[in-house]
Formats: sequence, structure tokens, C-alpha cells
Amino acid sequence: MLFRVPGFCLESQSVPLISTESEATSRSESAGTRQTANSKKTAGFAWKKAITATNKFALLGCIALASAFTGCSDSGVSLEDLEAAAAKVDISKIEVDVDPTESAAMLDLEKSDLTFGFIKLTDCAPLVIAKEMGYFDDEGLNVTLETQSNWKILLDNVINGQLDGAHMLAGQPIGATIGVGTKSPIVTAYSLDYNGNGITVSNEVWAQMQENDPDLKSPTPKHPISAASLKPIVDDYLQDAGEPFPMGMVFPVSTHNYEIRYWLAASGIHPGMYTESDIKGFTDAQVKLSTVPPPQMPQNLEADIVKGYCVGEPWNQKAVVTGIGVPVTTNYDIWKNNPEKVFGVTEEWAKKHPQTHLAVIKALIRAGKWLDATDDSGKLVNREEAVEILSRKDYVGAEKEVIGNSMMGTFVFQSTDVREMPDFNVFFKHEASYPHYSDAIWFLTQMRRWGQITESKPASWYAETAKKIYKPEIYRQAAELLISEGKLDPNEIPAPDYDGYRAVTTEFIDGNKYDAKDPIGYINSFEIGNKDDESLAKK
Amino acid sequence: MNWRGNLLRFCDVAGLPILEPFVRLAAGEDKREQCIGIAKFILLPIVAVSVFLLLWAGAASTVVTDSAKLPSPQATWAAGKQLIAMHYDQRAADKAAKQEKLTEAVQLLAESNAYTAAAAKETGQTKTLLENKSLTLKKRAVTAANFTPSSAPTFIDQIWTSVKTVFFGFFLATIVAVPVGVLCGMSPWFNAAMTPFIQIFKPVSPLAWLPLAFIVIMWYYAGYSSGETFFNKAFLISASTVCLCSLWPTLVNTTLGVASVDKDFINVADVLRLSWWQRLTKIILPASLPLMFAGMRISLGVGWMVLIAADMLAQNPGLGKFVWDEFQNGSELTYARIAFSVIVIGMIGLVLDRIMIFFRNLVSFGNPSPV
Repeated sequence: MLFRVPGFCLESQSVPLISTESEATSRSESAGTRQTANSKKTAGFAWKKAITATNKFALLGCIALASAFTGCSDSGVSLEDLEAAAAKVDISKIEVDVDPTESAAMLDLEKSDLTFGFIKLTDCAPLVIAKEMGYFDDEGLNVTLETQSNWKILLDNVINGQLDGAHMLAGQPIGATIGVGTKSPIVTAYSLDYNGNGITVSNEVWAQMQENDPDLKSPTPKHPISAASLKPIVDDYLQDAGEPFPMGMVFPVSTHNYEIRYWLAASGIHPGMYTESDIKGFTDAQVKLSTVPPPQMPQNLEADIVKGYCVGEPWNQKAVVTGIGVPVTTNYDIWKNNPEKVFGVTEEWAKKHPQTHLAVIKALIRAGKWLDATDDSGKLVNREEAVEILSRKDYVGAEKEVIGNSMMGTFVFQSTDVREMPDFNVFFKHEASYPHYSDAIWFLTQMRRWGQITESKPASWYAETAKKIYKPEIYRQAAELLISEGKLDPNEIPAPDYDGYRAVTTEFIDGNKYDAKDPIGYINSFEIGNKDDESLAKK
Repeated sequence: MNWRGNLLRFCDVAGLPILEPFVRLAAGEDKREQCIGIAKFILLPIVAVSVFLLLWAGAASTVVTDSAKLPSPQATWAAGKQLIAMHYDQRAADKAAKQEKLTEAVQLLAESNAYTAAAAKETGQTKTLLENKSLTLKKRAVTAANFTPSSAPTFIDQIWTSVKTVFFGFFLATIVAVPVGVLCGMSPWFNAAMTPFIQIFKPVSPLAWLPLAFIVIMWYYAGYSSGETFFNKAFLISASTVCLCSLWPTLVNTTLGVASVDKDFINVADVLRLSWWQRLTKIILPASLPLMFAGMRISLGVGWMVLIAADMLAQNPGLGKFVWDEFQNGSELTYARIAFSVIVIGMIGLVLDRIMIFFRNLVSFGNPSPV
């Protein structure tokens, strides 16, 4: 028989199994005798499961004690109970779809109890919303969301299987696959959001920047603010203190690292190179970028351990609301609609659980769509509710006002300078949730530019690597299922002939042109950073 | 009628001298002396705690930084009440979800039956498709029936996780440390062999072990994904960290207890020509129990202290993770919740200590017992 009951073990306690009123009485009469018989059965199941899973530990002779802790409770609902109750339901009224076409068929999930990890940042929203709005539930998934204290632990837990998947920095699956840091293949079929980061400096540094550039003294200075006014401060610091100017980013392969480097280098400040012997990236640095977990950024700024940082929301707003720093720019100004976080799983997990993966992506697409839903006037209608959900202590946990600032489409730079930024957090529109190959290639070019990829690679390597990590085919399959269910509109996803490369753009703070099909040319177009041989562009 | 003696003995064994004056007062002993006792054990601590609360409240209004402030006692109390209320709300919600899932399971199973019935009437490919659909529905029904709420663990859940972990780790440590300690105490040769390990590893903070323990557990569980294993990986990592640190006090104290058994007892054993086993069970173990338990008491205390730190570092479920997550939240309530958990952690530590004192006193025969 194909159908097995895996360790049928319920902790229902006093919850009776009731489907119709008429059977309530008959059940309660027989419940006593049944429960006893069943409890033996369920205990047996649990024991068997325990032995197979812990046979290596059997020698320690400690299972007996532990089973008392983690074993099943006494009461259980058995399959027979369920069958008996189901038999009483009048099935003649159930509409049977006699022609279940392939797409409308229910996904045959390999695994339904899933645990996903996340970091306390507003861009974990699609995961939280998919859970709280019941989208995971609709797919038959029972998802636990577990906060992780930093990106390293999160990645390790995904690799070692403690987590099924996670909210990841876009650079993490790429870094892990090609071996920058921990090496283990990770894939992604869903991009969680665009933009959403900012660069904040301490009040003191901001005052000095205003000295250097009197235009910044205006209550609403002209944006984007470049790092040009920061350069003299960095130079002086290097001269006086004899060491590079300390700033914070969240992870070596994070968007933040590349963004703050881009911003600094665009104004001629050298953020340091990674080399084979210097995996911290301090070589030639004028600014020393150290790794700080996002929620600890404001505290580090207040303690003067870093003088500025690049981080996701709500940690820039937290600094300005509590008055310990000033956000000077956002990554929307550094690169309009830049990829930020993705939903990552290990390659192995994706292979072992294709249907479950599809179901997860389906739920995430719906969550993304919900987050970006607007009314006729273009106002984001669901964000207020999203902010309330995110501010709960088990999710992001910061105050509603702080999370709300950026999520509601405004960004506070200073108390005098509150700007409309409707595209600061993009979850779905502009095809933000689709995993574009060109986004992966941008990260690869930056990894090469800053020396995390130590060797020159031919242009074809960039395209192939992107294909290995980004899985738009899974996204498309999930989206098509949703379209067939009437939950998505075909024009909300890229056209079927789309090749995964976003249009060539110059919407960067320095106006540089990015063409993902010419990664070598792009790497060579920067003044600061590694250069590759032109001949590689054709290979 | 020896209720007085029994009660006094209980107070003594349970380590509750607070109750002693009341028992004596009830028995009609010297009132003045008992009142002094009550003042010493009850009124004085109350005054001290009040002074502390006042100082705390004063500090709360002065220690304020831009991004945070020290929580006041009232705020801490309110945060604690809220945490407990949240637990019960969550439980009620989980129960409702569970009930809903069971209803859904029945419904899904009924649908599955309907599809099976429909499949019986069809032939060929349609039949296969319908059967598959029925099977999928049935699978979903079982999943729904097996549903365990996936809500985040509440404060109370975290307390239980921590207590379970500390006891499990302590239990592991005890079953290793006591036999080894007994052998060390009985055989100077064995002791000499063990000394380098004990001396080197005893002073190492177990947190330094954590990454190593992590690798070992991951090696054991390679290939299993979460939920497939009987033990939770995180639980084992925390428990083994606790085990590694609570090993040493028990081990050293057991060795000492066994080695310092009164010579007279040993002579008696020699005279009676007791076998090795009899000597162990009749003489050595009973005589060394008090010191052994004293060691276990220290072990449990150390284990509890280390557990919180290990939870924080390794992000394992438990009170340490709760504190760390709250710290990461950075909202106004954060610090009040942390202050509340600090108090709860202390209280639990106190209870654990009392439990071990109780056991130690229970086995310490020959102690001065009340009249």
C-alpha cells in the first residue's frame, strides 16, 4: 500500500474529534475504551520511530529518560477514528471533479511540516504574510518561522538541515554555491524584494559632512547624497588615527556590503579588497567594513564602534527615530530596484521536495502580491496590516512606527526631511519576485570586483553560474498553477519568452551602465576594483 | 505526638529555615526568641528587597540612553504579566487551530472517499487520475490530523525547554561522572590516569566546547532533516554543553567523597571480609553520598548558568534564545521583558538549588538532627 501513516501520533489532549453533532454522543461513550487501546498503539509507533532515528545513541542508554520528555502524550486520535468520523459525512454532496486536469490537481507534498529561518528585518515580510494570511495553509503546508541571530547561523542551519529554507541575502546562495565563505550549493526560485536598505552615519559624522558640503545644511538636502562630503573625513581619520574609518555592514556576501562599497568607491573612497590571504577585505582599505548583525547596528553606532553602516529596515529608521544617527542615502538611490533578499533552499532539498518547493513558491507569490496590492489611486492598501503583523515580538519586534516608516512608502531622513518613497520596499511589482539571472550576475561581478572571486572568469561562467543558482522555471511553474487557479493574472509575471535578463540600465548613483550580458566589460568599467582581461568577455 | 519534631526535621532537610520559627511558635516555645527568628528570616529580607526595588526604580529613571532605558520595576512586572497572558492566548489559539485542523481532516478524508467512490465508476486514465487525487486528499487528511501548531514558542514554553534541557544534560553528566568518580576514589592508579583530563578540561568554559559539540551532533544526524529525528538537534547541542560543564564538580566531589571514607569503616569492611561489591554498596557509596550530592548541587547550578549562555550563542530554543531575540527586537518593551526573564532565570536557579539541597540533606545521615 502506497499510503502510510508516519508515526501517527497526536497531542490532541482534550480535543475531541467531532465532525457532526449527531455522533458526539456515540463517540463519548466509546471514547474511554478506545483511547486506552489507541494510546498503546501510538506509544508503540513513537518508540519505533525513536529507535530508528537514534540507533547511534542507543549505546548511551538514555532514550528511556528522553522519551518521557519528548514522547507522545497519552491521548491520540487514530486513523480508525478519523475514518469512522469521515464515513459519517455525507459524501454524496461532495462535488467530484471527474476530469482533474494536471494543473488543477493538488500538489502531492513530500513534506508538510516545514521550518523556515528569518532575520528580524522588514523584508522577511513575504514569509510572515504567507504564514499569517494562511497562504501556506492553503497549500497544505504547516510552516514554523524561526528567528536566527545572524546570517552565518541562518546559512549553517539551512545547510545542516535544521531549517528547510530561509530568508536569505541575495548574495548568500551565490556565495555558498561558488564557495565564498561556506561552500554548499543553495538555489533560489523566489526573490523576496527589491531595495529596502539605507546607509546611516552618526550625528557627529553627519555634522562634519554638512561642514564639508554646505548644501547638506538645508532641511531637505538634494538627493542622492554621494560620499564626496565623507571623503575628507575619511582621509583625516586615516591620518589622525592611523587606521581606516570604521563602518558596518551585515555580511561579507550581503547586498549591503556591495552597496556601501559601491557608494564609497563612486566617490573615490577605497573600501578595501578581498584577497586570498585577506578574507576580511581590509587590503588597501580607507574604510574598514566590519560585520555586525542587523539588529545590533544602532547599538554599535551609539557605542561609537562603527561611525556609519549600511543595513536593511527597520534599523535605519530606528537610528533616526531614536536620534542616534542620520540616514544619508538609500540603496534605491544607489541602484534603482536592486535585488535584495531571496528565499533560499539547498539544492539537495529542492531535488528531494519538488512539489513542496512549488507549494512554498505559490504561497510566497500570493504573499508578495498581497503586500504590493494597491487601490485605484496607487495607494498600498495592505501595508498597515503587514506592519502590525511584523511588529509582533516573534517576527521583527520593533515598534510599529519604526517599521511603518519605510513600509508605508515614506522614509525619514531627518525629522525635517520626510520623503515619499513608494518604491522603497518592493515585494512584487516591477517583477520583483521573479528570480532574474541578471540579478545573480550583478552579485557575481561585484564579488569579482572586490576580490572575493580571486580568479578571472570568462563571461560564459557568469551566465552558467547564474543558471545553476537561480531557478525561474520553478517560479514560472508555480505562477502558472496560480493562474490556472485564478489567483494570479498572466500579465503579472514576465512574458513566456523572457530570457531572465532585465533591460540594460544606467540607473546607478554614478550613472554607470550595467549590461548583464557583458560582465567582464562591467567589471572593467569601475575605477576602483579588480580588472579582468578583455579577451575573457568573448569566452 | 511528634509533629513538631517531624516538621522541624522537614524544615531542616528541605533547607527551609524560614518556616522554623513558625513551627516553634505553634508548638508554644519562647515567643520572643521566635519573633526574633521571624524578623531575621522574613522581615529583614522584605526590607532588603524593598530597598533594592527603590534603588532600582531610581536607577530606571536615570539610566536612559538615546535608544533605550533601564526598565522600571513596574514596567518589568507589567511585561511579565503580558508575557504570561500571551502564553495563554497562544495556547487557546493553538487549540482552536488544532480543532479546526481535525475538522478539516475529516472533511478531506470524506472528500477522498468521494473520489474513491467516483473512481470505482470510471475506467482507464480517468480512474487513475481520480485515484491519485483521492490518495493525495487522504495524505492531506493525515497531515491535517497530525497537525502540531507551528506558532512560535512562548515564554513559558521556553522555560520548559530550558528546564528539560538542563535536567537532561545534568542526567547525562551524572551517569558519567559518578562511576568515574567512584573508580577514581577507589583506585589511586585510575585516578592518576584520569588526573590530566580532569585538570585540563575542568577549567575550560563549556562555551568553548560548543562548536565541537555542534560538529559531533551534526555528524550523528547527517542525512536526517528536521522533524525526522527523535531528539531535536538543538536540544542535544544545548544538553551536551550542559553535560560537559556539569561533569566536573560531580566527578571531583565523588572522587573526594570516596577517597575520604572514614578509615574505621574500611577497617570494619576488612574485618568482615566483605567482597568488593559489598564494600562498594554497603560502605563506600553510602559514606560518600553527602559529598557526591554536594558536587551534584554545584553541577546543576553551573549547568543552569551555562545553559542560558549556550542558548544565546547557539540560538537553541530556551530562555537564552528568548532573551537574545528580545534584545534583537529593540522595541520599548524589550528591556522590561529581559529584566523579567532575568528574575525568572534566577528564581528557577533557586528552585533547582533547593531541590539539590533537599536531596543532599536527605542522604546526609549523621547530620545534627532537630531535637
